[in-house]
Amino acid sequence: MFDLFLPTLSQGLLWALMALGVYLTYRVLDIADLTVEGSFPLGAAVAASLLVEGFSPLTAILTAAVAGGLAGVITGILHTKLKIPALLAGILTMIALYSVNLRVMGKANLSLLRIDTVFSFIREFGLNNAQSVFVIGLVSTFLFGALMYWFFGTEIGAAIRATGYNQQMIRAQGIDTNGTIIIGLLISNALVAVSGALIAQSNGFADVGMGTGTIVIGLASVIIGEVLFGTRSFRNCLISVVLGSIVYRFVIALVLQLGMPPNDLKLFTSVLVAFALSMPLFKKNIDGRRAVK
Amino acid sequence: MLLVENISKTFHPGTINEKKALQDLTLHLKSGDFVTVIGGNGAGKSTLMNSIAGVFSVDKGRIVIDGDDITKQPEHKRAKYIGRVFQDPMMGTAAGMMIEENLAIASRRGRMPTFAWSSKEEDREHFRLLLQELDLGLEDRLSDKVGLLSGGQRQALTLLMATLNQPKLLLLDEHTAALDPKTAEKVLGLTQNIIRRYHLTTLMITHNMRDALRFGNRLIMMHDGRIIIDLEGREKENLTIPDLLSMFEKASGNVLDNDRMLLG
Repeated sequence: MFDLFLPTLSQGLLWALMALGVYLTYRVLDIADLTVEGSFPLGAAVAASLLVEGFSPLTAILTAAVAGGLAGVITGILHTKLKIPALLAGILTMIALYSVNLRVMGKANLSLLRIDTVFSFIREFGLNNAQSVFVIGLVSTFLFGALMYWFFGTEIGAAIRATGYNQQMIRAQGIDTNGTIIIGLLISNALVAVSGALIAQSNGFADVGMGTGTIVIGLASVIIGEVLFGTRSFRNCLISVVLGSIVYRFVIALVLQLGMPPNDLKLFTSVLVAFALSMPLFKKNIDGRRAVK
Repeated sequence: MLLVENISKTFHPGTINEKKALQDLTLHLKSGDFVTVIGGNGAGKSTLMNSIAGVFSVDKGRIVIDGDDITKQPEHKRAKYIGRVFQDPMMGTAAGMMIEENLAIASRRGRMPTFAWSSKEEDREHFRLLLQELDLGLEDRLSDKVGLLSGGQRQALTLLMATLNQPKLLLLDEHTAALDPKTAEKVLGLTQNIIRRYHLTTLMITHNMRDALRFGNRLIMMHDGRIIIDLEGREKENLTIPDLLSMFEKASGNVLDNDRMLLG
């Protein structure tokens, strides 16, 4: 059991970037953005393809971020300029990305066996595999978390956050909400793509189907984090989401250890998220009954 | 200052729900005018205000503020000229953000946001002083989320935000209608003070005739998308509610029967 600790923690950190992306749309922009189901494997596909071609891991990851950001912009344009409901706009991009990802990779699965990745680069400093994943996870989560904290404290960032709370208000303050929504979706999907790029390198392959359930895993991380670690301030929220992603990985590791078949994971996660999302309702009923007594 | 020329707006044209909300309406406001706007439901008061603010575009006519034709400008671009307070206290602020953050955003109304840090230490003292003048105890709660405030406090904060860097035009859309009478009175008092201090050109919709008579230097009454009464200065000062009612009957050919229009 103990030898699972570090890998589980590391996975949580790598997936945390994706969870931060989902937090950005679901909580900050108040949009359930399904683009992530496509931008996550897009990041993986772009990074894997570039690595196979011999590009450096850094180039691969940055290009994945740009590709993910573009996917977000497309959803943003569909939603804001073409007035397609956000949920549907995300689905359209997600479906389109399935074909794009196949084109990027040329096939459904791209192996990174014996290809230099960001992790093999770190291993040259004398770390073993598990340690290298942990270091990369920690560094990238800290780096992107700090960047997000800074950006959303700036004037532009504040405008994006206000857009999620109250579009009418922020338009009355002279901000183009189409612009802020598009920027938000760009950043969110860039983060998700980076997460996909890192997961692909850690798993040793990119697969066109690896995005299935991304949104649910992201939501699970966001909700677990918020419930366990609070939402006092924006910084608190960011930390909560990262910790939520880690806790989620430990929960998964635990139920697998307890003998749940891996094929049931997505069912388990969906039930978990459905339960967590309906918590406020249950809580109200229980509180209401208490008040009557 | 504000020039609204022959504007018309029809909602759902060509359908069974067609509604001519504004019909060839013209309104000129001089700089420093404080105009109260009254009229029954569906008279077009809010449509007039939303047309000026750019919530939707008008079918015909033009709107000019301070020499700039803004008829074709989107809502967010007009924010450069216009400060607004809405009827719904939830509408004017971002509930999940701190008082300070809301004020910081309002202090940049109409300016492109940059990568500069949003909340600045030097603004904080300025905000505190302004909040102190509201006399609602908000000056010590700068880092509280706005969602924690009462409707009256939120409305006072919205008013402060709308006037933080004096707008060329202040639009108040029944901004005290959702408040209890005591709080409404307080917010109206604050409104009066701020408008006087900065000599703001203001359009204030109210459903309360007494308020319409008490405040401002000019009163307009709307009916069926048109302005049917427009009184200014001494004429307005001497006006009483019975006068207003009989003028309405004469001008519109209707008896005023409106639950929402308060006579007292």
